[in-house]
Parts: sequence; structure tokens; C-alpha cells
Amino acid sequence: MTILTVDKKKLEKIVGKITPELENKITEMGTPIEEVTDDELSVEVFPNRPDLLSLENFARAINQFMGKRGLVNFKVNKPEKDYIVTINKAVKEVRPFTACAVIKGLKFSDARIKSVIELQEKLHGSYGRNRRKLALGIYPIEEIIFPLTYTAEKPNDIKFQPLEFPRVITGRQILSQHPTGRDYGELLKGQELFPIYKDAAGEIMSMPPIINSHKTGRITEKTKAVFIECSGFNKEYLKKTIDLVVSSFSEMGGKIYAVEIKDNADGNFITPDMAPEKMKFKIKDIEKTLGIELTEKNVKNYLSRMGIGYENDKGKSVAIIPCYRTDILHWIDLAEEVAIAYGYENFVPEIPDISTIAYEDPMDVAKKTIGNVLAGLGLLETSSFHLVTKKNVKKMHYDFNDFIELEDSKTERDVLRIDMLTNLLQIASENSNAAYPQKTFEMGRIFSRSVNENSETGIDEKERLAISLIDEKINFTELKQVLDYLFKMLNIEYLIENVENNNYIIGRCGKIIVDGKDIGFIGEVAPRVLKNWKIKLPMVALEIGLDFLGTC
Amino acid sequence: MDEKLIVESLSPMERSVLPKLTTEFVNVDEVSTLSSLDKTTVLRAIGFLKNKGLVEVSTSERRVVILGILGVNYLKKELPERALLNKLAEKKVIPIGEIKNVCGLNDNEAKSALGALKKKALIAIKTGKLELSAKPEEIQNKMIEELLMEKLPMEFSSIQDLDKLAFATLKNRKDIIQVEDQKTTSVMLTEDGKKISKMGLEDDLIEALTPKILKQNTWKGKKFRRYDLSTPVPRIYGGKRHFVNQAKDYAKSIWLEMGFKEMSGNNIETGFWIFDSLFTAQDHPVREMQDTFYLKGVTGKLPERNKKKEDCMLYNVQKAHEGGVDGSKGWQYKWDENDAKKVLMRTHTTSLSIRKLREIGKSKEFPAKYFALGKCFRNETVDWSHGFEFNQTEGIVIDEDANFRQLLGYLTQFYKKMGYEKIRIRPAYFAYTEPSLEIDVFHPVHKKWVELGGAGMFRPEVTIPMFGKHIPVLAWGQGFDRIITEFFGINDLRDVYKNDINKLREMKFWRKH
Repeated sequence: MTILTVDKKKLEKIVGKITPELENKITEMGTPIEEVTDDELSVEVFPNRPDLLSLENFARAINQFMGKRGLVNFKVNKPEKDYIVTINKAVKEVRPFTACAVIKGLKFSDARIKSVIELQEKLHGSYGRNRRKLALGIYPIEEIIFPLTYTAEKPNDIKFQPLEFPRVITGRQILSQHPTGRDYGELLKGQELFPIYKDAAGEIMSMPPIINSHKTGRITEKTKAVFIECSGFNKEYLKKTIDLVVSSFSEMGGKIYAVEIKDNADGNFITPDMAPEKMKFKIKDIEKTLGIELTEKNVKNYLSRMGIGYENDKGKSVAIIPCYRTDILHWIDLAEEVAIAYGYENFVPEIPDISTIAYEDPMDVAKKTIGNVLAGLGLLETSSFHLVTKKNVKKMHYDFNDFIELEDSKTERDVLRIDMLTNLLQIASENSNAAYPQKTFEMGRIFSRSVNENSETGIDEKERLAISLIDEKINFTELKQVLDYLFKMLNIEYLIENVENNNYIIGRCGKIIVDGKDIGFIGEVAPRVLKNWKIKLPMVALEIGLDFLGTC
Repeated sequence: MDEKLIVESLSPMERSVLPKLTTEFVNVDEVSTLSSLDKTTVLRAIGFLKNKGLVEVSTSERRVVILGILGVNYLKKELPERALLNKLAEKKVIPIGEIKNVCGLNDNEAKSALGALKKKALIAIKTGKLELSAKPEEIQNKMIEELLMEKLPMEFSSIQDLDKLAFATLKNRKDIIQVEDQKTTSVMLTEDGKKISKMGLEDDLIEALTPKILKQNTWKGKKFRRYDLSTPVPRIYGGKRHFVNQAKDYAKSIWLEMGFKEMSGNNIETGFWIFDSLFTAQDHPVREMQDTFYLKGVTGKLPERNKKKEDCMLYNVQKAHEGGVDGSKGWQYKWDENDAKKVLMRTHTTSLSIRKLREIGKSKEFPAKYFALGKCFRNETVDWSHGFEFNQTEGIVIDEDANFRQLLGYLTQFYKKMGYEKIRIRPAYFAYTEPSLEIDVFHPVHKKWVELGGAGMFRPEVTIPMFGKHIPVLAWGQGFDRIITEFFGINDLRDVYKNDINKLREMKFWRKH
């Protein structure tokens, strides 16, 4: 979850006083308020709206939502002389693309510098997948000499003083000595060359996606103009990101200048583009989706409140989507924009007049019946996790090894259960303080490797029932009575045949057979098993598969 | 007081005890002797009589001196010092080494006998021999220790003078006497009790109806003893369904009432059905190992490809991701089949919905409404508010005319029936729905908004590959555990599947709020 925290006074300067009504509006806008204090306001920003991740952009969205602004148009000035970045072939194998911009006429205060860093960090997070998908660099233009080169060099040949570090070290050393290097070094692991940005004087400006140079990569209150770059793997994505960042600097009053990018391998291009995108849609599609009636005027007004323009192109509706909105993929996204501006609280719930016939899963119906029969006999139903530990399973199934394991489980339970009885044994073991007799049962899924070649997952899931009776004096008869009653109530014939099973006392264990098929075991639990579980009283137990219910 | 009714409600044991009581406190032990009933029965009878206001009961703790194991023995026979003294009177001289043999004492006894007599100056030791120095009356008279032992048991506080001296010496020796705190219960009649006690407690009441009485009609003209209906009874526990299942059954019944069909399916699925078919980008954080339970070393299979590309669901899912369908831009990346083949525990029940959607895409049997209520899994460290297994209630409505307002209609109706009259919705984001919403319900008891989960309408990128064209599908996956914990008053999520038998036995049944 991404939280944007902004200086409340700075925000109020742009959007006016934050009243409780405005707080409500902010939540309705799709940025739920997390916390408001005297000095700060925190909102959740959904992962599809990276364009809201700075004070300036958030303020712009509020003003638009309140009807004070509409679609924003950006003016991009032509590149000045030498505003050129050359992408060298060397970097193509490591981090192949970059997109850039220059912003002039800025005034930086402490708060504004903080806001820029916040935007950078937040974009690096979930949107930039922790710098893998994108890494941003911002440099005071006074400190660098154009034209620039985006290239890659051997880690030991790269030497510069990284940001907030006391001395010059090599690229390799940055990964082990600089805190940011340690955090993100993983991203350059195994690379022979590390990407770098260099200026015309051969000065290293940064080593993406890790760190800027201390000399050229630090914005101060004296900074008036900046060079912005982002690097990554997908050109279109980087271009969009640069648009989005530039839009935030533009809100600070900056003038946008383009940069020419020379890419011999994949073709030259110029960024930022900042041009809005046009998307055709039908008002009646939106009406149908939302279940409300809309006029063209309505739609135009609602879209404007979301910062989106509208034009009628020869009778066809066209939305004009600002460059910073990366989340509008399809006209259905416009429907949500209209819904948000219309106000979710204004939709009147409706139950349509369609007739459908209910249907309950037959296995669930059968399980309900079994539960009621057993509860009627005074048995208590338990409910356990699907995940268990190997150690616990092996207390009964000591020679079982074909566990289905989970990758990197954060709990101690890291395998799927293979039976239901293990759960009942664990419950018995943990409840020696509860009065006896303890009669419990549980139904649930167990997992095994599938023998069916066509299985999509390679795993079979089967429904099982386990019953356990524990008391100072308990024997086979009492559990057979329960089984008898259960099958009578289900109107199913069953047989018990003697069988030897290590988990039960020899001579007191049987397999249960329905329709000629073995469905499970019943017996007095072997002392070895009870000892393993530290259970001090005798126990009779059964476990059966419930598949047979599907055919009855 | 209706004396007659009280007399009719006296049980046989109360009838036996009552006449033995007076208006002065009597020890229960004494009542037990007088009534020839064991002490437990007497105490029960007194409990019942007290409930009827017929007796007053006083319990007190007293410190009592009683005989120890050896003491009982010595009282029967004699103290070691008595044995030694008598033998010495008989033999006049006994060599110290011979004491044990001559008197039949063990080491300890010989030692303490010697010590005790020496202290009383009844003997003298000369060159290793024991000689008598007691006067004849000193031999005849009982020793103070013997006198005390005969008086026991007695109250600690009433031990005085010479008894006190004797107590001190015996106390120092092992197992002869001991001090014990005894609880004593005394009982006396109240004014009412006195009246009742004086009435004829004629015992012609029937205590229990038996087959014999029924058969012989001897009940006719007789009265049954009246019960004291307010008497507490020993607790019993019934069998019952687990409270989570009770709640699930109730919620299920609501969806069924509204004409929904139940979906069922696997807890384990391929990434394809959990994520890809739901337009969740392959680099979306939710797909990362740290949040999701992937199965180790298991690779799944994708649904079969259809030869004709346009009709191939798999191809269309890939297309939706890479370049988009129906004018959508998609995620603009290269879709990796291998990522979709990973096998994992479902992170949401929406995998059931999307499979159902595919099925209906083929059968074209709609309008249709489906629901599911089941477990979902996430790789999470467990604490009071996080679990790695949780329940979700899922639903889809597939209908050409389905719209956003109907989505609100179904959800509002469901929560109303669950006992939540007030709900509120706000914008939200999910990769596979648009428009999307988050729902909060107002908790009628705790007076606060409770966040329950997401809903929306499936995006065209989801519906088109399954259906061949975009059709409105309302969809929701709502958290269910919050409702369970709120209702049952459980503050720690870890308690839901703890299976504490004592707690399960006490747990109330599910009822609507």
C-alpha cells in the first residue's frame, strides 16, 4: 500500500482550507484519507495512479475534482543546443533505455526539495518495482555540461563520490559500502558492465539504478533548473514516466525543455512528449455500464473534474487524456472516471428483475448432513488449517516423505496436509485440560500428487472426514456405533474388513468399504502414535474419503 | 412462607437431617453421626435446606493439634521413654549400648527416650550405664506428654500450661503430633426451620416416578416431592458444528435465497487462473513469492490451445496482456507462459469465478448468478490481525444488462441480511475490475465502519478472452473473517482455528446480528 503524506499548509495554499467536507471529497475522489494531523495529511494512492504521488500533482487533482481546473495542457520547448543524450551500445545489454527532460525556471524551498525526493522514492517503489522497472535521476543543470552519454563500464573502472558519501569509490565498492548500493545491488548482480550517466567533461553523474554522484546529483535551494532522466527496459513505459514526473515540475511553475536522445541501436527519439492522448468512446456504453442516464454535457463535466478533456468529433465522443494518466487503457476506464465524478454515494442500489434458480454444491449439502448427524451424537466439529508441519504428520505417518512443500513459507507450516486425522491428534494433544470424553470430528480437503496426466496443477484435492473419540475407557465398539448410525442416516451400506495398519492396534483396525471400494480406516489408535503426541488417554479414530457421496 | 409447600419439597436426605438440628450451632460431623448419613450427603442436604431458608450455616477455620502416624501408634502401645523407664525400673541398670535390645526400640527411639528421661532427671548415667533416679510415684504417674496425647485432637489455642510444655517437646520429634488447619461447618435452625422441624415430616411423598408405580397405580392420591427449580445443575455440553461453518452456512443461505448457484473448485491453481486470466500483470507485486504460497517443484499445465487463434482462450489472454483487446492498450510487455504455469494456493476465490465465466462463455447459459464461500491463502507472518488462511465470499452476475447499480443492489441486500443495515462504498483499484469499489459496513454494536473488501465489474480484457466478446459481469470477493470475529467476539484471529475444546464448548451459536 502506497501512502502519500503531504504538508497540510502547503496543500492548503493550493486547494484552500481542508474542511471535513473537503476531506470527504478527497476520499470520494479515490484517495482514501489515512490520517489528518495539524501539520500533515496522509492518503492512500492506488497503484494505478502514480500521477498522484507528489504534493503538486495531488493538489492539481483536488482542484480539478472541485471543478476549479480542467484538462491541463503542457508546452514543451524545443531542445536547446547540446541538449542531447547518446545511448551507447555498451549499456544495451544491462539497462537499455532512458528518457529525459530539462526543466527551467524553478524555485526550490526545503519543502519542495522534500516533495521531489518523495515523488522519486514513491515512484521507485511499487510503480517502479523497487527500481527494477524504472530508476529516476534528477540533477541541477548548473553542475553538468551537455551533451551527455548514457553508457556502461566495468565496475572497477567506475570511480566517483556517491551521494552522501565521504570519498571516491568504485562502482563495485558502491554495492558493498554505500547503503543504497547494498539495498539495490541485487539489480546489477552478475553484470559485467554497470550503467552510468556521463557529462561532456567525462564526469560521472550517476550509476543507475543505484545512486547519483554527490557532485552533480544534489538539488539545493540555489538550483534553478534540472535535468531529469529515467532508465529501464521498456521505452514506452519510460516515456510515460518522464511525462508524469515533468507534469509535477510543471505544477511548480517550471518551463519544459525537450532532450534529443540518440539511440543508434533502436532509433532516435525526443522526450518528453507531454501530448494528451485521444480515446473514442460511446456515452451510451458508459450509461449502460453504470446504470445511469447521462447527457453529453454531464459527461464533459464529469470527465473535466477528473482532469480529462472532451470533444465531439463529428458526432463521436472523444476523451482527451492528459499525458500523466497511465491507467486509462480502455473506454471502461472512462466509465469509472465518470462514476467517481458522479459520486459513488449517489448511485441508487437496484436489484434487477431476472430469474435464476439457486443451486447448492452437492458435496457441501452432504457435508452439512454429516455435520448435523454427528453433532446430534454429541460430537464437536473442529476446523484446522490446510497447512501443516512435516514433524506433526510424521508423528503418525512416520514413513511418509512425498510432501507437497511451499516455497518460503513465513509460518512454520510449510507443507499441505495429507490427512485429517493429524489435526484431530494435535487437537487432542493440546486439550488435555478439557473434560473427557472428548469427541471431535472434522471435514476438509487433503492434498496428494495427481496421477492424472491432464491435471492442470498436478495436485489432487479430496474431501475427507475424520472422527476421534477419547476417554479413559473407550473402545472400538463406541466408534463403530457412531459409524453405524452415520451410514444408516445416509442410507448407505458399508462393510468393515480386518486389516493391519501400523497406526492402529493390530487386530483392532479395519478398512471401511462402500460399493466395493476402500474408503478409509477405523480402529483403536496405536500406543506409539498416542505417545508421539503425548496423548495420555486411549483414542479410537476413523478417517474416510467422502468421494462416494458424489455417486449416491 | 408456605410451610406445606416447603415440607412437600424436602428430599429424603433433608428429612433425615432436619430433625437432628437445633437452634444452636452443631458441627456437621456431629450431624453426620446423629443422622447416620455420610458427611457429603449431610453437606448437600444442608445446602438445600439453606436455599429454603430453614438453616443458617457458619463455616470457620480452626487450627487443631492431632496425632501423627507414630503418635497413634505410641498412644496404643507406649512412648519410647515409657518403655525405657519401665524396663529400667525392672532391671535397675541398663548399659547404654543395650537400650535398643532390652526395650525393643530403634536407634531414633532409643535416642529420644534417653534424651527425654534425662531432661526430666528420671535417670542418671554412670560409666556407660543407665541407672534409675526416679521416685516410685514418678514412675507410676503419667508423663505430661502422655496426658497430652490422650487429649488429642484439641484446638491449638486451648493448649495451656503443662500441655504447652508437652506440645513443645513432642512437636520437635517426628510424626508424633501435628498441627492442622481444619474447616468446620456448623449448622443451626432458623425460625422457619424450627417451625418446619416441629411439623410432622410424614414421608409419604413419591421421590421418583417408577415403572412399578405407574403400573400399580400407587401414585394415585399421593403427592410427589417438590423440586427446588432454582438449584444450579452440573453443566453439560452438546455436540455442534464449528462456529465458522455455522456462519458460512448462514451466509450461503442468503446467496441461495437470492437465486445464486454455488461454485466449487480447487484450493490449488495455476498462476494462469489466479492472475493471468484476471489481467494481473506478470510483474504485479501480488505475484511475488513473498506474498503468495507457491508449490515447490510443481509446474502446471495451461488450458489447451485452439487451432484457430481467434477462438483460442489462451491466445486471447496473452493478447490482452501484451497488446490489448477491444482497443485496450494492455500491459505492453512480453507475456511469459512459464509464469502462468506456476502452481500456487489460491489468493482469492476469484479463480472460481473466472473458471465459471469460461464455462458459461462456452455454454452461453446466462443470465447467471454464482457464489462461493471458501478459504484463500497468503504467505503472511501470523499475528492477531493476520492469518495465512482466510475466508472470502465471492460472487458473479453475468448478464447483458448488468450494471454498477445492480452490483450495489446485490451487496447491499447481502449485508442487510447479514445484519448490517448501513453500507458505504468508495473508489478502489483492482487489476481485473473497472469500475471498482471498496465496501465498508457499519457495525451496529461497535458503531464503527468495518472494511470488508472489493467488488467491481470485470474488465473487457478479462471477459473477452473468456467469452469472445465483452459482456458485463458483476464480481465481488468480500472478506468474511471480519464478520465471524466481530460476531463471536474474537479479538485475535489466531483463535479462530485454535480448536480450544473448552472455548468451542462454550461458544454461542451463530445468529443474525
